[in-house]
Amino acid sequence: MDEILVMLERDSRQSAKQIAVALGRQEAEVEAAIEKYEADGIIMKYSALINKDNLAEESVTALIEVKIAPQLGDGYDRIAQRIYQYDEVDSLYLMTGSYDLLVTMTVKSMKEAAAFVYEHLAAIEGVSSTATRFIMKKYKEQNCVLLKTSEQEERINFI
Amino acid sequence: MINYDSVLSDNVKSLAPSGIRKFFDILEEMTDAISLGIGEPDFVTPWHIRDAGIHSLEKGYTKYTGNAGLSQLRDEIAKYLSRRFELKYDYKDQIIVTVGGSEAIDLAVRALVNPGDEVIIPVPSFVCYGPITKLAGGTPVYIETKAENEFRLTAQELKSAISPKTKALILPYPCNPTGAIMTKEDLEAIAAVLRDTNIIVISDEIYAELTYGQHHVSIANISGMFERTVYVGGFSKSYAMTGWRMGYTCGPADIIRQMLKIHQYAIMSSPTTSQYAAIAAMSKGDTDIQSMKREYDQRRRHLFSGLADIGLECFEPKGAFYMFPSIKSTGLSSAEFCEKLLLSEKVAVIPGSAFGLGGEGFVRICYASSMEKISIALEKIGKFVETLK
Repeated sequence: MDEILVMLERDSRQSAKQIAVALGRQEAEVEAAIEKYEADGIIMKYSALINKDNLAEESVTALIEVKIAPQLGDGYDRIAQRIYQYDEVDSLYLMTGSYDLLVTMTVKSMKEAAAFVYEHLAAIEGVSSTATRFIMKKYKEQNCVLLKTSEQEERINFI
Repeated sequence: MINYDSVLSDNVKSLAPSGIRKFFDILEEMTDAISLGIGEPDFVTPWHIRDAGIHSLEKGYTKYTGNAGLSQLRDEIAKYLSRRFELKYDYKDQIIVTVGGSEAIDLAVRALVNPGDEVIIPVPSFVCYGPITKLAGGTPVYIETKAENEFRLTAQELKSAISPKTKALILPYPCNPTGAIMTKEDLEAIAAVLRDTNIIVISDEIYAELTYGQHHVSIANISGMFERTVYVGGFSKSYAMTGWRMGYTCGPADIIRQMLKIHQYAIMSSPTTSQYAAIAAMSKGDTDIQSMKREYDQRRRHLFSGLADIGLECFEPKGAFYMFPSIKSTGLSSAEFCEKLLLSEKVAVIPGSAFGLGGEGFVRICYASSMEKISIALEKIGKFVETLK
């Protein structure tokens, strides 16, 4: 992967100028590359990673496994589309293994997740069953350790 | 009441603790300073290496190893040196696993130096070479390397420092604190001076993996130099393993045999847990080195361009993780510059004078620190330099 992408994936607030200096390239060249990545659908968006466990308001993340009844034609994609249109859905993946689709969503309460499952998900034609799992504790997300651990005592000398 | 002054070794008492004690006294008091002073990676040792250390403890590998170190580790070191730098050492009798590169330097100097022998040391450089030489009864002969030569050692400078008493040359490249490297051509010129002598090179190549834009060349690989070189390497800088205290030294079996005696009596064997971790580093750590090096290179460019913007003159360092800008334009001595910068902006960099002759007028900035810290430090250094105008 291009070093520009590596740097942006780590910290998307870095300016084209900062990236250009760090990589020894021209600022204009970096700008053009980023624009092209955006146009080509390689860079999709720039966002912050928020540790919701540290917010005052309650929230819960659910992983919902969805089984689809076998059907003809473009079955998976059509059902997936009906699911990902919901704003509550953070991510949706087609999986190998014992179930077909994995939905992740962060909502205010388990009750709210349950409501989504029986009001929307289970009502979709072709969905044969669901299993909902809740995350108890997040240790690491997007390559970032979320728990602050104590650091080693600093030493002061110059060797 | 014991008069300790009369009890203690004159040799040890004569060693200066540090020329810039006052500066460190201030730094120690200041807990919120941004430090670009400490010469060690800000990375934590890669997990698979730590895991190998933990695993060895779980299995109960807590005894001494053989004096020279685990044979598996020495074998991996030999393979690594061959793979990375085309150096051919036999793990059976040409390699010792040491407690950091520092011990390796001490072993080499003590194994070579008779009282009165001279050891040539290019400066500014790492602070231990002179004191170790003195402790061994030798006399350090310093060569002041020059900014206009990009702090490389030249054949001419070396020639004029050699005397009938010269026993060894310490060759500290890539260099702390200057970031200088020696290219193959530079080393050929040094080798041409030494080839017909009995002078042994103690080549401190602890930063060998950290060169930018070109691959490191060891003097041991220059024709005729293998038999007169003691190679010093280590894990601290390239694998971010400073606290594990792991280094190694390689050389002709006749020299290594004598060095091993000192290691055996003074150390017995290097820490066992660290040796197991080091096996993982050597055998599976090549990609760790590459990714850390890529980071350092980005930081290096960032700092270099930032210093240029501030107007501090600096040659572009091609190795290690230090920058050595000149602060002569400010009219301050390097100790004054660092003290004032610390007091007014709370940014710590190290006075060049700490690294011996030729260091005055420069400061060492370590860029093994996060981009963010480097950016903040640059801003503050810029502000500080502005107030001096």
